[in-house]
This record gives sequence, C-alpha cells and structure tokens, in this order.
Amino acid sequence: MGSKDQGRKVLVVAELRGEAIHPVTFELLGKGREIVEHTGGELCSVVFGSNVDKAKASELIHYGADRVFLFNDPIFSGLNTMVYAHNLVRLCKEEKPDIILLGATCFGRSLGPRVAAALKTGLTADCIDLRIDENGELIQIRPAFVGNILAYIKTRTRPVMSTVRYKVMRAREKDNCRTGLIIEKMAEKLFQGRIRLVGEAIPKKLNIADAEIIVAGGRGLGSAEGFTLLGELASLLGGVVGSSRPPVDDGWIRKEHQVGYSGSIVKPRLYIACGISGSPQHLFGMKDAETIIAINSDPSAPIFRVADYGIVGDLYQIIPLMIKEIKARRSSVG
Amino acid sequence: MLNIIVLVKQVPDIEKVRFDVETGRIDRSSAPAEINPFDLNALEAAVQIKEKVGGFITALSMGPMQAVSSLRDAMARGADDAILLEDKRFAGADTLATSHTLAAAIRKIGSYDIILCGEKTVDGDTGQVGAEVAELLEIPHIYYVSRIVDVSENSITVISETQEASYALESDLPVLLSVTRDVNKPRLPTLKSKMKAMKSEVKIWRVEDLSGFLDPDKAGYAGSPTSVQKVVIQKEKTRQGRIYRQVEDGLQELMRLLESKGVI
Repeated sequence: MGSKDQGRKVLVVAELRGEAIHPVTFELLGKGREIVEHTGGELCSVVFGSNVDKAKASELIHYGADRVFLFNDPIFSGLNTMVYAHNLVRLCKEEKPDIILLGATCFGRSLGPRVAAALKTGLTADCIDLRIDENGELIQIRPAFVGNILAYIKTRTRPVMSTVRYKVMRAREKDNCRTGLIIEKMAEKLFQGRIRLVGEAIPKKLNIADAEIIVAGGRGLGSAEGFTLLGELASLLGGVVGSSRPPVDDGWIRKEHQVGYSGSIVKPRLYIACGISGSPQHLFGMKDAETIIAINSDPSAPIFRVADYGIVGDLYQIIPLMIKEIKARRSSVG
Repeated sequence: MLNIIVLVKQVPDIEKVRFDVETGRIDRSSAPAEINPFDLNALEAAVQIKEKVGGFITALSMGPMQAVSSLRDAMARGADDAILLEDKRFAGADTLATSHTLAAAIRKIGSYDIILCGEKTVDGDTGQVGAEVAELLEIPHIYYVSRIVDVSENSITVISETQEASYALESDLPVLLSVTRDVNKPRLPTLKSKMKAMKSEVKIWRVEDLSGFLDPDKAGYAGSPTSVQKVVIQKEKTRQGRIYRQVEDGLQELMRLLESKGVI
C-alpha cells in the first residue's frame, strides 16, 4: 500500500438476504468507517439486486458509506456468481479501491475469489480482525487449522481484499440524518444463462447463525427423541435447537441445525451443550459464544474445558429438572 | 464420456497435528498426511458421475513429493490418472498462486467438462482456490453443492445449499463444482484397487512441463500477493469453568445464571 498520508478508498460489497440488507454489511461498514477515519479517505459501498431502490441503498449511507453504487437489474436475482463478479470487477477497475471487504458468508466466499483472481490480487478468507499497522498497512487476522492457530496476513498488491466473518465487527449506530451519494449503475449482462435456477429456491426455516440462545445436542442424546426434550427447553428460553455432527450424520436432525466446522459458526449469548463431547470441529463453531453451559455424563469431556458452567450428570435427569424449575419460577413471578 | 478433473490436497491429520506454542510453527511431521477429507467427497462425486454417464477421472494436486501417496490413494478410490505439480518454484504459494498453477495444468490437460473440488481444506480453510481456478479458466462455478441431481453430456443439475436457502441449479459444461460433505458418503478403497494403484504411475509435472501455460512469476511464493507475517496459537477466552458434580448444586447455580442473563 502507499504512504500513510495518502487516504484510502474502502469498498464494502453489500449483501442482500431476501429483500433486506444482510447485517454483516453494516458490520463491514462499521469497520470501513474505522479504517478511513484512521487513514483518511472515503468509504464506498456497492449493492447488487433485482429489487433495490434508492431508499434501500440509502441504508448503507446511514450505516457509514459516503458513496453507494447501486446495480438494480433482474440479472442479480440468481446464484450466477459470474454475473456479479463481472460487474464488480468493472466497477473496481473504474473506482480503483484500495481495500475491498466482503462478508465471509456463502455469497462473499463464492464471489470474492473470482474477483480477486480477475484483479490479480490477494484475498484473505474469513478474517476475524482487521488492523492498520504503523505503516498504514492492513493486517488481516484469520484462524486456520480448524481454529488452532491465528495467522496475521499482509497483502502486497492492490486492492487488498478480505472476507470477514459475521458477528465479529461492530456496526455503527444507524444515523438516518447521515448524507451521501447514491450512484445508479448499468449492469453489463454477460454470462447470463450459463447457470439456471430450476424451480424455486427453498428458504431455510432456521437461521442458526443469528440465534441468541441455542440448546444443542450431540451423540450423548442417544436417539432422535432427545431433540424433542431439547426443543422444549429451547422454546422456554426463546432459543433454537442446535446439533453437533453425529446426530446429523445419523439422521436424527436436519443439517441446518449443525454447529461446527462443516456446519454453521454461531455466536449466541447462551449456548447449552447437552451430550456433546466437544470435538475440535464442534468447538470451532461455538467457542465464541458469550456463555457456554455444558451438560455431560463424562467429566473428562473436552466440552467442559470451554464451558463457563457445567453439570456432570445425566441430561435426561437434568433437563427435565431445568424445565420444571423454569416453569415454577415463571408462574411464581407471573 | 466426460473428462472430470478432481483437485486434491494432501493435508496433515488435523486431529493429531501439533503446534509449537513458542514459535507458532506447525509441526507437519507430528501427524500423518492424508487427503483433505472434503476432497474425498469430490472424488466420490466424480466416480458416481463416471458410473452414470461414463468418464475419465484425473486427480490433480500441487505439493511436495510426499503427496504422491495421496494421489495413489485417489487412484485407489477411482481416479484413472493422477498428476502432481511438484517443483520448489511452486512452494510457498497462496491461493492465487496455487490457482494460477492449477489452472495452467488444467489448460495443459486440455479437455475437461467437470472440475470438482472440496468445499475447503482443513489446514488453510480458505475455500478460495475453486472459484479462483474457475475465474482463470473463464468457466462458471457452483459452490456448496450438497447433491448432484442429474448429469448428461452437456449439462449438470445440482443442489447448492447456502445459509439462507437451497437452490436447484442447472449449468452448461464445463463447470467447476465445489462440494460439501453432504454430497455423498465416500466409499473405502478395496484391497484390489489399492494393489492396482500401488503399481500405477503418478505423473510429476514441473515448471518446465507447464511452459506455455504458466507464467512462472505467478507461481509459488514469488507469485503470491499475500504473505503470513506471523502465526500465533489461538488463545481461548478464559471461562469461569465452574463444573458441578452434584446435580442439585449445579441446577441452582444454573438458574441463578439464567436469571442474571435475563433469559428466565
């Protein structure tokens, strides 16, 4: 990167979830704002959608963008990453950003590499921290080896590109008075039709990555029926049911409940692990929860090493007692 | 008949690998090397496609000479041919330099209809090489493939699962597919196939073998825009670690905790 007195142009690639802007976008804008406040420069954002109006795009300004590039065209409704990549590459060639940030979501992790390869630049995946060093260069921090190590990475080409994990950066407070520029862009319609959607997309019923309270079960449940009990506790607490990998592999519960390396990464306020021993792959997905409670009959289970609270015992004894106790307390208060 | 290329990487067994806490180094000799677990699903997908419509499977890897053993394993699991890109000028590559080298080898192989890879590798965990290779070859890619629904000589239909939804997608060939662990259950190699693979040749391609396809300045450490400045062993958040062996005590403490967090 250039000398430190030069301002930086940071580009945040917005992501849509249905009609709404994905919250990771606001987190990236928060980080982008922090970078340009440190180095000087400008925070831009780009949004691609088939039904995005200026009102929607202005949310990006309210969360910190100075300029927003708006691509509103029916071609941005599918999963044809080539179409997005082509238009994003074109924009980058015009605007020449110094830093490009994407969410480390399915969208960002599929789009980012294509754009990086086209721009012949480096891309760092799944960052959990970004810092500006004393030379004004961006240091990208990311886990590797299933979360065993953290690597500090620098990029010598421009733009510096990173995908950033959801729920690790802090979004700024939304400021509806903040003003900026929205620039409408024409999409170039190349590569359409190379990949076609057959029928309708089937939305997931559960979004475990967003859950604030998760009651999760593992092999120690012994059978699929155990999840009914966990479901009862989860709904009492206003949470959702999670799972480690073995119950998913054995068909006790659907894949979208899976937390861990080959499932979802979660960061709830409360994670209750029931009958989960705590393999490195599972810990990778949940160890950043604010509070972790473990219930397991094996006192040597690794899950106890990351737990704030643990009870050694039979979950089929403990959970019904918890349910009873919670109900009793509620009825005495209410 | 389809030409199928499967990208494989040799990785250390992640359950056994040790890290030097002082230097942050990864002691690769501490653990046996194996095929990246996600790549086994990519290989199995290739074998199933071949069983359905006929095909020829090439396993392609970049790595040190030891990776020959992983490519033999790939042949035992159904690959018809195996190529290792081995040269010290390929070493120290980040995802972009790796992708340039793999894409060059694929161009040299010449005809390809489907390129398969695993969702990510357990060591680097970037999941970037697939889409970068697709971009360099100017072909489409589909990530997070959890099922292959149908395949013919000209097109393939798959299910792609993202965090929000699942999509049935049909693509023209050639295409690059990155598969998740849900796509299949990889079969184990048989004794007979292992014996056969032991005698099969793994081709070794060096920088010179890719001449005309690869700009050597784009390979290896020299061609890598990103570099690791330092590595630290992940320090876990300090937890209270209050473990109760008496259910009654634990339960009361738990209720106090849930109350203090405002969840009950």
